[in-house]
Amino acid sequence: MEKTAKKSLYANVIMAGFGGQGLMFIGKLLAYSGMKNGKHVTWIPSYGPEMRGGTANCTVVISDEEIGSPVITSPQALIIMNNPSLEAFESRLEPEGFLFLNSSLITQKIARNDIDIISIPANDIALEVGERRVANMVMLGAYIERTKVVPKESIYDGLKGFFGDKVKFLDVNIKAFERGISHSE
Amino acid sequence: MTGNEAIAEAAIQAGCRHFFGYPITPQSELPEYMSKRLPEVGGVFLQAESEVAAINMLFGAAGAELPCVIVNIMRGGPGLGGIQPSQSDYFQATKGGGHGDYHLLVFAPHTIQEAVSLTMDAFDLADKYRNPVMVLGDGNMGQMMEPVVFKKNSGLKLPEKRWALTGAKGRPVNLIKSLYLDPQALEKHNLEINRKIQEMIANEVRVETYSVEDAEIVIVAYGTVARIAKTAIRVLRERGFKVGMIRPITVFPFPYSTFEEISGDLRKFLVVEMSLGQMVEDVKLGVCGKAPVEFYGRTGGVVPTYDEIVTETERLFKGVP
Repeated sequence: MEKTAKKSLYANVIMAGFGGQGLMFIGKLLAYSGMKNGKHVTWIPSYGPEMRGGTANCTVVISDEEIGSPVITSPQALIIMNNPSLEAFESRLEPEGFLFLNSSLITQKIARNDIDIISIPANDIALEVGERRVANMVMLGAYIERTKVVPKESIYDGLKGFFGDKVKFLDVNIKAFERGISHSE
Repeated sequence: MTGNEAIAEAAIQAGCRHFFGYPITPQSELPEYMSKRLPEVGGVFLQAESEVAAINMLFGAAGAELPCVIVNIMRGGPGLGGIQPSQSDYFQATKGGGHGDYHLLVFAPHTIQEAVSLTMDAFDLADKYRNPVMVLGDGNMGQMMEPVVFKKNSGLKLPEKRWALTGAKGRPVNLIKSLYLDPQALEKHNLEINRKIQEMIANEVRVETYSVEDAEIVIVAYGTVARIAKTAIRVLRERGFKVGMIRPITVFPFPYSTFEEISGDLRKFLVVEMSLGQMVEDVKLGVCGKAPVEFYGRTGGVVPTYDEIVTETERLFKGVP
């Protein structure tokens, strides 16, 4: 709803999938990049009596202005990694919002026709770059390319801060991120 | 940083060197952070066997007039309840909480940056009044991450810590207790505590007013709900409804006079809480019958959305019962 604000940036996104697919991580990475770009940011995880393999989601808001509600009813964008999450969040996406789908795992049909769907075979791409755990970065790449919420360079910086000298992990994450970008162009 | 981590770091920067706690969702990150950081600054981290033990380690701090800061990251109750965000401990925090004739000074931050600065102030004021101070957050604030900046302490001149256990070398023995079997002596003790409470009421009230100048309906909310309400107010203003907010920053002492000042010209107050209306009583005391006080709340760990607040406020404008 606050997308209409003229020139000032306001963006929100909900990311959801299985625990272990790295949604919390890319959410934090996005929020961190927003912060480094001088924006107001909030990051809230779903939390509960949950375990690895259960469902997990987080909400990120990035704004030029002070953020009111960090809790978002109808997000501007969704990053959805599996079928249960699609079921849980599809109806909440705002009209004309972006739905980033992990088509490697999602088999369910999309009911809505008033949204912009970006299908990305994230798990397949992750396997191609040689690390099955980086499907999350593929999705983040697609999201950043389409929405331009933060410059992609700041994601690289964030990754470098996280992985430090573990160059092997850094490289494969960046590779996955870039594949996501080119897939979304 | 998450709210939990930010509050812990603020406590350390405010000089906190002794921590007693028990990890339980949604505040587990706070003791976790303390267990790592306190040894680095020469402090003591003590994991109690339960929350009850933790507060006993603080030793009837109110009665014995010991300065301490208590952080309550609220979850749904009653009893064990659940682990999702709630504001169900307002009565406990502001009206009582324990046995006896006393109050805590209670801060209710609504952003993590504010939680940091209020936590640091809480330590100073606990020292100043020799009275426990509470930081009252909720599960959402504890788990959420926002950027924070740590600033220097207020620089308030603090009294000497004469209550501290230092071995009594070169000074008379301290006797710190809350047991006074002679009613005259206990009354005197209570009156002294009350003198300090009255001083807090006179000096420590903090409140934010938001778009109230031309408002016809004023929302009253604190903590997480207040920022959700800020978004609701932005939406309502875009639709032409004149809505504002009073946000108590201290819920004890409560900002009664702010309500007295603006009650007369208003259509209504709408109190919004993650409870079944615990703050309503204080709002009514402030409004003093000059305007109707309505309530909307969710409980048990359900967080109200801004849509719900918008709908409820519009309903009040239309006068629909």
